[in-house]
Amino acid sequence: MPWVPIVKRVIMLFVVIIAAASINFVLPKLAPKNPVEDKIMEHAENGAQMNDISGLVAAYNEKFGLDKPIMVQYFNYLEGLATFDLGYSITFYPTKVSDMILNALPWTIGLVFTSTIIAFLLGSVLGALVAWRNSARIIKYLVPGFMVLAALPYYLLGLVMIYLFAFIWRIFPLSGGYSMFAIPSMDWSYIADVLHHSLLPALSIVLTSVGTWALAMRGMMVTVQGEDYMVYAEANGIGPVRRFLGYGVRNAMLPQITTLALHIGHIAGGAVLVERVFGYPGLGMVLFQAIEGADYFVIYGVVLMIIVMVALAMFLMDLLGPVIDPRVKL
Amino acid sequence: MSEDAMTKSAELSYAMRTGALGRRLRLGWYYLIANPNLLIGMVLLLVLVAFSLGGQIFWDTRLAYPLSAPVAQPPMPGHPFGTDTAGRDLLAVMILGTVLTMKVGLIAGAIGVAIGTLLAFAAGFYGGWVDRIVRTVVDIVLTVPGLLVLIILASTLQGIISSTSMALVIAALAWREPTRQIRSQVLVMREAEYVKMARMSGSRGWQIILFDMIPNLLPYLGATLVAAVAGAVLASVGLEALGLGPRQEPTLGMTVYWMMTESAFVRGLWWWIIEPLIVLIILFVGMYLVSIGLDEFANPRLRKRT
Repeated sequence: MPWVPIVKRVIMLFVVIIAAASINFVLPKLAPKNPVEDKIMEHAENGAQMNDISGLVAAYNEKFGLDKPIMVQYFNYLEGLATFDLGYSITFYPTKVSDMILNALPWTIGLVFTSTIIAFLLGSVLGALVAWRNSARIIKYLVPGFMVLAALPYYLLGLVMIYLFAFIWRIFPLSGGYSMFAIPSMDWSYIADVLHHSLLPALSIVLTSVGTWALAMRGMMVTVQGEDYMVYAEANGIGPVRRFLGYGVRNAMLPQITTLALHIGHIAGGAVLVERVFGYPGLGMVLFQAIEGADYFVIYGVVLMIIVMVALAMFLMDLLGPVIDPRVKL
Repeated sequence: MSEDAMTKSAELSYAMRTGALGRRLRLGWYYLIANPNLLIGMVLLLVLVAFSLGGQIFWDTRLAYPLSAPVAQPPMPGHPFGTDTAGRDLLAVMILGTVLTMKVGLIAGAIGVAIGTLLAFAAGFYGGWVDRIVRTVVDIVLTVPGLLVLIILASTLQGIISSTSMALVIAALAWREPTRQIRSQVLVMREAEYVKMARMSGSRGWQIILFDMIPNLLPYLGATLVAAVAGAVLASVGLEALGLGPRQEPTLGMTVYWMMTESAFVRGLWWWIIEPLIVLIILFVGMYLVSIGLDEFANPRLRKRT
């Protein structure tokens, strides 16, 4: 195992996480007025009948101890993060921010994970086919179309799809993650309902990202086709399908994983907006509702959480790269 | 790219600098025909610019603010694009929104490329510890999802943000890709014969950068600028759709936000839905095509190998 690069990557991971956390800590203090305190004061002035705001004020003071020196506040804050303590929601006090995140997380991971994998595989195969000498002509026209779609942000295509499939033709629901009266359980009707609701959001992510993967794959495939082992395979009489999949795609696909690591941040940001557009009950929707209600602890908590998850995912993919593809150096 | 097209583009850039105006225009046109991405993209963007400039002359853009028209009316004489639930005339909103959205993108993109160029030359040309710091910082900040950091910035400023201050917020992250891309170009160019020549003849560093390198980088800087503007527009519309934009100004993203907040889908206000979508699609596709077209122009060698 090459330890030095791994240690370097671990240090970088921590730098990113601590930097993101510090931005979260510093920004509200630099703002002309502290939005968090303003918001709490506003609630307090409106009367404490509103879900026990005095408890929140007490918790806020205890946690952030505004009378203490700023460095002490900062370390208290980092200590809280290390134990996944992100404070309380202002709007839904005494709900914890960490609980809100945990409830929404499966939806986001399910949506982002499946649609990214599908787009990645589909795009890679299409890109490989474009570069492959004797593939059907229709593919050569299909890929530029996907490239133009890739110019659009996910949520914009999402809005177009809502307009067409949910508003005009009414095949799919307008919004939500499941029907209003559905009872969450593990039976088939509920699963089918969830899939029915997630198809449009997933499709809008898939269709707008296939082009990006196809383009990268085309470049790789062109290089791979010129390699000696491809000629050797053909000379050995290996059939075109096996040469395409086992020799071409397999070798061209592996470097794509590095590209995937670079794109995860972009996908996460885009997915937040897709969820808002589709009213999908994941982190993006929690974030949007928090922005609407100026619920700052939730905004900061969700954003920090996504940044940390993206950093972790990139870290894991960097470590996995050399394991999957021996040509990749860490 | 074929040999032929490569010599053509070299010929073109020479003729563009030396030829008479008529010849320059004619050569430019030939080039555009050979580069359809650039041509179609420019046409799309010009349509939008003509729409927003012409609209400002021929239409009363004060109607783009609430309570200036009847509420939630479909397209009709007097309000050809219809109106929204707050009584904005949507034709006026589209005209002003296109201008404002482009303005945000241009300010943020220009600042990003300016900072990126400075950093890239500091790092790529002088090298040493400056290069090491710039490279490490760019590598780290590029891994952070930009939109989410912008959400924190913009939500801290919520309520007091205008379209101009939003451009500045977005510029805070818009320098990352330009720095990386321009730096790699500077690294290549630093080894070019004419730069070595200038060095040997005793030119100072800043003279080489200003008079030898930047002029040769201009097409590349142009392509970087278009990509940066597209990124900034993407970020601004995204922030606005989340409700973090300037609430007093009718930008395209705010129109999408109001349309969703006022549940235009449920109420069947189709004109309010499709108008901002069409304008945004033209804008994004236009910028995308121009940016890949300019890339081909700036770096013919990078062009498709298939």
